[in-house]
Amino acid sequence: MELVIFVITAIVAIIGAIAMLTSRNAVHSALFLLLNFGAIAVLYLLLQAPFLFAVQLIVYAGAIIVLFLFVVMLLGAERDEEDANPIRWQAPVAITMAVLLIGEIIWVLVRQSQDSLARVGSSDSDFGSPAQIAQALFTTHLLPFEVASFVLLTALIGVVVLHQRQN
Amino acid sequence: MLPTIFYIGLSVLLFVIGVCGVLLRRSTLMVFMSIELMLNSANLALVTFANQRQSIDAQIMVFFVITIAAAEVAVGLALLVMIFMRKKTTNIDTMTTLKG
Repeated sequence: MELVIFVITAIVAIIGAIAMLTSRNAVHSALFLLLNFGAIAVLYLLLQAPFLFAVQLIVYAGAIIVLFLFVVMLLGAERDEEDANPIRWQAPVAITMAVLLIGEIIWVLVRQSQDSLARVGSSDSDFGSPAQIAQALFTTHLLPFEVASFVLLTALIGVVVLHQRQN
Repeated sequence: MLPTIFYIGLSVLLFVIGVCGVLLRRSTLMVFMSIELMLNSANLALVTFANQRQSIDAQIMVFFVITIAAAEVAVGLALLVMIFMRKKTTNIDTMTTLKG
């Protein structure tokens, strides 16, 4: 059963990613990316990460994709690109490098790590529950948590400053 | 229960698709989306290893990665809007101001 869900979700994720890469319209690309994020959220559920499932849907699917769509529509930049690609040999070289990268990573994984065939999946323990995450987040990782809040504040101020200078 | 390599293989595939997007597309918006895809595939690998080792720390790290990604997208898209206002294009080949 888990295998069926995994295979369907993985196919949806890969189709979403490839369609994002190939579609000419930036709005369509953003929506395919949304599909991909949703599929990855389902995989988080399979991997016992319900908290990250919720965060993925809220932050990525909810906030980031909406921001992308806003910008694309605001700029009217849906179709603004690739009439004349100045570097002709770029595409074949890029694809060759990508295939090489896949082969390399798979080789390292299979060759180097003996436990890469160990099993993962859901069990009955409460691993990954929001309570456990909060426990670790507010004790061991409290300093990174505070630093993250500063980073968010800085980003906020940065965006405001950028748009003020414009006017 | 599935072998870890299934999830890692999917993560690698998505990462490489993201790399292709960065290398092949000329629109800055598309490059940005591909970077988000790569961040997501790395997150998937982290969550997989968190489950394999039953250690919560990797999930915390994914949480921070998502936080930083949100900040990065906000600033990046603001910069993109600024550049578009000036140059009237999102083509990445036109952004040569920092070239020496």
